[in-house]
Amino acid sequence: MEHKEQKDQVSAQRVWQPKVIAFVCNWCTYAGADLAGTSRIKYDANIRVIRLPCTGRIDPLFVIKAFEQGADGVLVSGCHPGDCHYNTGNYHARRRWTLFRELLEFVGIDLRRVQFAWVSAAEGAKWAEVVNEMVQHVRELGPFEGYHVMLARSGRDAWLEKAAAGGGNGSGKGVAGGTPAVQKAE
Amino acid sequence: MARIGVFVCHCGENIGRTVDAAAVAAAASKFSGVVHAVDYKYMCSDPGQNLIRQAIKEKRLTGVVVAACSPRMHEPTFRRATAESGVNPFLCEMANVREHCSWVHENREEATAKAIDLVRVIVEKVKRNQPLVPIKVPVTRRALVIGGGIAGIQAALDIANGGHEVILVEKDPSIGGHMAQLSETFPTLDCSQCILTPRMVEVAQHPKIKLYVYSEVEEVKGFIGNFEVKIRRKATSVNNALCTGCGACQAACVVKKVPSEFNRGLGSRTAIYSPFLQAVPNKPVIDQENCLRYKAAQKKGIPPVESTVCGKCLQACPIAPQKAVDFSLWQDTFVTEKVGAIVVATGFDLPPLSTYGEYGAGKYADVIDGMQFERLASASGPTQGAMKRPSDGKEPKEVVFIQCVGSRDNARGCAYCSKICCMYTAKHTMLYKHKVHDGKASVFYMDVRAAGKDYDEFWRRAVEEDGAQYLRGRVSKVYKRGDKLIVKGVDTLSGELVEIKADMVVLATAIVAQRGAERLAQRLSIAYDMNKFLSEAHPKLRPVETNTAGIFLAGACQAPKDIPDTVAQASGAASKVQGLFSSQELARDPTVAHVNEAACVACWYCADCCPYGAIEKKEIRDKKGNLIKMVASVNEGVCQGCGLCAATCRSKSVELDGFKDEQVYAEIVAL
Ligand SMILES: Cc1cc2nc3c(=O)[nH]c(=O)nc-3n(C[C@H](O)[C@H](O)[C@H](O)COP(=O)(O)OP(=O)(O)OC[C@H]3O[C@@H](n4cnc5c(N)ncnc54)[C@H](O)[C@@H]3O)c2cc1C
Ligand code: FES
Repeated sequence: MEHKEQKDQVSAQRVWQPKVIAFVCNWCTYAGADLAGTSRIKYDANIRVIRLPCTGRIDPLFVIKAFEQGADGVLVSGCHPGDCHYNTGNYHARRRWTLFRELLEFVGIDLRRVQFAWVSAAEGAKWAEVVNEMVQHVRELGPFEGYHVMLARSGRDAWLEKAAAGGGNGSGKGVAGGTPAVQKAE
Repeated sequence: MARIGVFVCHCGENIGRTVDAAAVAAAASKFSGVVHAVDYKYMCSDPGQNLIRQAIKEKRLTGVVVAACSPRMHEPTFRRATAESGVNPFLCEMANVREHCSWVHENREEATAKAIDLVRVIVEKVKRNQPLVPIKVPVTRRALVIGGGIAGIQAALDIANGGHEVILVEKDPSIGGHMAQLSETFPTLDCSQCILTPRMVEVAQHPKIKLYVYSEVEEVKGFIGNFEVKIRRKATSVNNALCTGCGACQAACVVKKVPSEFNRGLGSRTAIYSPFLQAVPNKPVIDQENCLRYKAAQKKGIPPVESTVCGKCLQACPIAPQKAVDFSLWQDTFVTEKVGAIVVATGFDLPPLSTYGEYGAGKYADVIDGMQFERLASASGPTQGAMKRPSDGKEPKEVVFIQCVGSRDNARGCAYCSKICCMYTAKHTMLYKHKVHDGKASVFYMDVRAAGKDYDEFWRRAVEEDGAQYLRGRVSKVYKRGDKLIVKGVDTLSGELVEIKADMVVLATAIVAQRGAERLAQRLSIAYDMNKFLSEAHPKLRPVETNTAGIFLAGACQAPKDIPDTVAQASGAASKVQGLFSSQELARDPTVAHVNEAACVACWYCADCCPYGAIEKKEIRDKKGNLIKMVASVNEGVCQGCGLCAATCRSKSVELDGFKDEQVYAEIVAL
């Protein structure tokens, strides 16, 4: 994809900047981030927000995909317990997340790269704090290479090469990095 | 092939100052699928929207991305413009480069780079968006009003007079709220009860209003136009169909020393009681915690009907043959009502006096709060309006009023201004001086905030005509010497220490959120702020709506408010409700989940986690009618689009419109 080439050129020219992807719910944290905006509270620019209806919509694979795509940290944020716009979405998200983080820790990912925070629609200042803290941690930890190191260790690349060379099991679709590949939208 | 148009707004200087909008448009024009990219000073203006309309026609756009403010602000605007040119509105999305970018970052290069990323993400999403058609749902044209203070009363009357049925739920035995407790009201000094009670009676007699007092909302299900509400009717032990409100039971009750809530602890009430003379409805309730028979029955573990303890009220009840006092009505009952809209009007609360120990509150009987002063000054109060201090009934000759007690005080967790205390303290000094002509009223204040029609004139009248002495400064201590209360403070204007020997001290205490506001908010899925006041959808432009469609706010539940503001907001909420009820049907956001029936393995994980019970079990049968398998199926009318099912599904066979896996992955890849 062309934008990737552009990005690679840019990043080669500049010093490394952390890339933190945030998955936030529409009703609390997105609105809280809006409030930080309307209150003109300044925070680190190395954050990119992906808006979802609810933290309950967050599939752990999204987080893996983000790491696969070169994220150095992932932030997940939604309504406080009890305040989810959909009543219980964040409880499910919390359970899922707790397990998932344990798994990430097990495979050796520093948990400071994967944070969860409750930020309500009223907490603009908290959003700014959460972002700053997260980016600061990631900055200290440096670029995240663990994902690709792990893949190499898993022997995936060799397997892919073999598959590409004509052998393999055929489709190969969806195996890149273990998360679903994005199909081209026409 | 997608043909996306990108429209980058400068928002005057708001975006343009930190984000190079032209550079964003130039970068976007190179994204795959983007066939048109421009920047413009004010995209939301009519010429700005025209740029979108024209480009859709001329460039045959299949999708629109507007990089501007938050979608929470202008998404409807741009979706409308998109629809006007014949493209499905759900193919238009916004990249938030103002609230999430230009307003929160300072470095122009970084902010511009981020804005480009944000646009790229949304372009990738829009490429994968599908046209959606708003879902039509019928509207139940009946409203629920929670809270029977002046806010709830006004909202209920407005809606009912507009021809729609209203269910009014009040937790206390009578409607009226705090306003019923006030003596006179600023800025006109008209008697509170005189203006309120006619309204209360109107509520009780209105054919379109169904009143549930001594009741609380237990559970709320459904969504705008179609809520189902479960109401707990607390047991009153009185058969209202028979009771005439004669008061014989209250006169006979032997428990006489329960502190009266209505008189804020000054004076007492009985265990069977109606809170005040003008109560609506004028029917007593038995307070189970204090009734002798209830206490005895509970101890024995038997229902109160089987107990023979006391029963004085029952004997006194003159209704025959069946008595109105009825101990068989001892258990709470529940009713369920269907409504299309909800107005929350649960008002405010006052902290217990003992919160303010440094002023001797809770320790000295003559240190009272503003509401107790109202009761002392009120003709319906414990002294029939005579100015007598609580400790010994003497007329206080020197009264000190202390403002901002607990308000504007971060250490106490109330950083906010309670708004009405400046005005009611001025009122109190006037009411006091009108009753005790030779008395002296001193006020310690931080600032006098009297913005409002005739408000500044009002407090100046307290000083100029009634001789209230205003001292700018804080009180450090209140203590007792003899029968005097010594108030020590500083007058910061003269820089001198002041010591006043007072007979009574009145604290203008903080207005705090209603107890239980949080719990109610959670039941209704509406937001509250850090002080537990309920949150409006937008502080300026949507002051009576909440972030849950179909639920509106009125009165002091949203923030401290005086009566004029409360009534204005209540009428505003009522007109919103009537606007909603003006149509039979409602268009709802069509973001709902869909099941891929071929892939569904009927594990029902989705059904287990769905907060709305929107997942139904569907049978798939062959042509002969033999059951092939069961699959999950989404009831679109009930689904609210949270996407919990989509993230939970093991076989990835549930997808949420607008947030499909494919779309989210594309967004991630775009970063
Ligand atoms: C000391 C004092 C003096 C004042 N003097 C003046 C004045 O002179 N002029 C003026 O304009 N304003 C004055 N005010 C302000 C005035 O009292 C308020 O503006 C007004 O009472 C707000 O009305 P409301 O209906 O929003 O709230 P409230 O009066 O608090 O009524 C709320 C109602 O909702 C009920 N409720 C609460 N929770 C629930 C629930 N979960 N379920 C069902 N029902 C519930 C409560 O029992 C209550 O009846 C004064 C206030 C104080 C404290
Ligand atoms: S809507 Fe915010 S977490 Fe569910």
